[in-house]
Amino acid sequence: MNILVCVSYVPDTAAKIGATPDGSALQLQGVKYILNPYDEFAIEEALLQREKHGGRVVALTVGDAAATEILRTALAMGADAAAIVTDTTLDSYGVAVQIAEYARAMNADLVLLGRQSIDHDSFQMASTVGALLGMPSISVVSKLDIEGTRVRAGRDVEGGKEILEAELPIVISVQKGINNPRYPKLPDIMKAKSKPIETLQAQSVPARSRHIRYEVPQQKRANIILGDSDADIAEFVRLLHEEAKVI
Amino acid sequence: MTIAVYIERRAGSIKRASLEAITAARGIADRVVGLCIGTADTQTLRTYGVHEIVAIEHAMLTRYSSQAVAEAIAQYVRSAAVGALFLGATAQGKELGPRVAVLLETAYLPDCVALSKEADKLIAVRPLFAGKIRATVEPLTERVVVSLRPNMFTARPAETPTEPTQTTFSPELSQEHCRVVVTDVVRNEGKLDVLEADIVVSGGRGLKGPEHFALIEQLAAVLGGAVGASRAVVDAGWRPHSEQVGQTGKTVSPNLYLACGISGAVQHLAGMSSSKVIAAINKDKDAPIFKVADYGIVGDVFEVIPKLIEQVKQLKQSTAS
Repeated sequence: MNILVCVSYVPDTAAKIGATPDGSALQLQGVKYILNPYDEFAIEEALLQREKHGGRVVALTVGDAAATEILRTALAMGADAAAIVTDTTLDSYGVAVQIAEYARAMNADLVLLGRQSIDHDSFQMASTVGALLGMPSISVVSKLDIEGTRVRAGRDVEGGKEILEAELPIVISVQKGINNPRYPKLPDIMKAKSKPIETLQAQSVPARSRHIRYEVPQQKRANIILGDSDADIAEFVRLLHEEAKVI
Repeated sequence: MTIAVYIERRAGSIKRASLEAITAARGIADRVVGLCIGTADTQTLRTYGVHEIVAIEHAMLTRYSSQAVAEAIAQYVRSAAVGALFLGATAQGKELGPRVAVLLETAYLPDCVALSKEADKLIAVRPLFAGKIRATVEPLTERVVVSLRPNMFTARPAETPTEPTQTTFSPELSQEHCRVVVTDVVRNEGKLDVLEADIVVSGGRGLKGPEHFALIEQLAAVLGGAVGASRAVVDAGWRPHSEQVGQTGKTVSPNLYLACGISGAVQHLAGMSSSKVIAAINKDKDAPIFKVADYGIVGDVFEVIPKLIEQVKQLKQSTAS
């Protein structure tokens, strides 16, 4: 089975992110970048599927050259090969086009991604790549079984769970809970350092949307903090009922 | 501008996220088209001021397939003078939106929290970096597909109901468009979902053990809310992952989010900071949750919650009588 796993290099969840005073750009100085947390589940799932079906796992990222760091992580976990499409200007659609091109070239049977990348939080990549490849896709999957070319997946939806059936080739985004990502061992980390990483030029794709302004939200909160006396609790209930009108 | 709204239904009734999308569309468009798979609840769509109801009908749409529905919607939009397609950013909408956008070669603006029109162009605001940044986004294509974050737009019936025209659209679909289908849906009967509830009561490590979540369940029950949980208690196996609120769980925006025994790590705040009202109970007065809270009680959850349950019960009785 040819498995492509897409990983993304994102600001750490605790990073402080600002905007320039005129709102024209983000302020990301000093921000630490990490492997997108959901992508760890995607890498692990790729390795588990390879263990079961045989084949090859290739890790791909689209972004800044510094993102090769997370490809090393994927290689250390057990990916067979890795590639980076260097670009920092593409919009989400443009990134999807690069992924789809790569998947097509390697004749991927299974494309795996994290359910969302925690920078743009748009949950769109699996569907976009699937549509570009003319393949089915299933997003936010927490259970995956593949037998031959038959795919059975489970995912949480509002108020319940959905079970889906599909066929390979397919694009799947995964969710926490699907597996327990392995920690690479030191010898694997050392070995990963010498594995080659393919570098590709991005093909130019005109943007379909544009960010015109960034701002740090300034949501005003009432911030009334009370004690724990009976009178305070009564006041808390009154505020929720009469002021906020939410209970 | 004509805006088409995808009408999502569950067990026959129209989801609130779709009614919110219709209301938002009404504020921007001259004409709103409700796109339904199969026959729709005409009465509700009339109340919400839809001008046209299009029933998309095809034998291949009897079992839900995101691929087939996206193809059908795209074919309709191509055939009609529709400037934008709106969907609720639900589990279903988040799969359909990007797929339809690729098929239509248009921009997709995901999970928007505010919308406006500038010179006949739709402009959207969407959160980035788990809400740390609000970005204003413009489409660079003529048409646009937009998904709207649930509970950020108010669903409001139209001042005067419309008399919508009703048409049927028959897309051309083949097996090729149905390579993924939903074969089973398991409902959490009698249990509210954090993504849909108006009130979410969440518990964290301060509850000290899974057995004490009965307190959270009771409080949620008297408030008519859903039970949520912090990452720490889900990782510890006290609560199911489906209840987790935060960066690696669900992003919720209820009318009231009540955090009990949750300190408010930045990853937790990422999942609930767009709630309309935030309240917190925590014994540590310096807990970060209080910085983002509208109302807070500094106290022990084991002492405060039972009293709070009693007071809410009294309030409900007095307002009911």
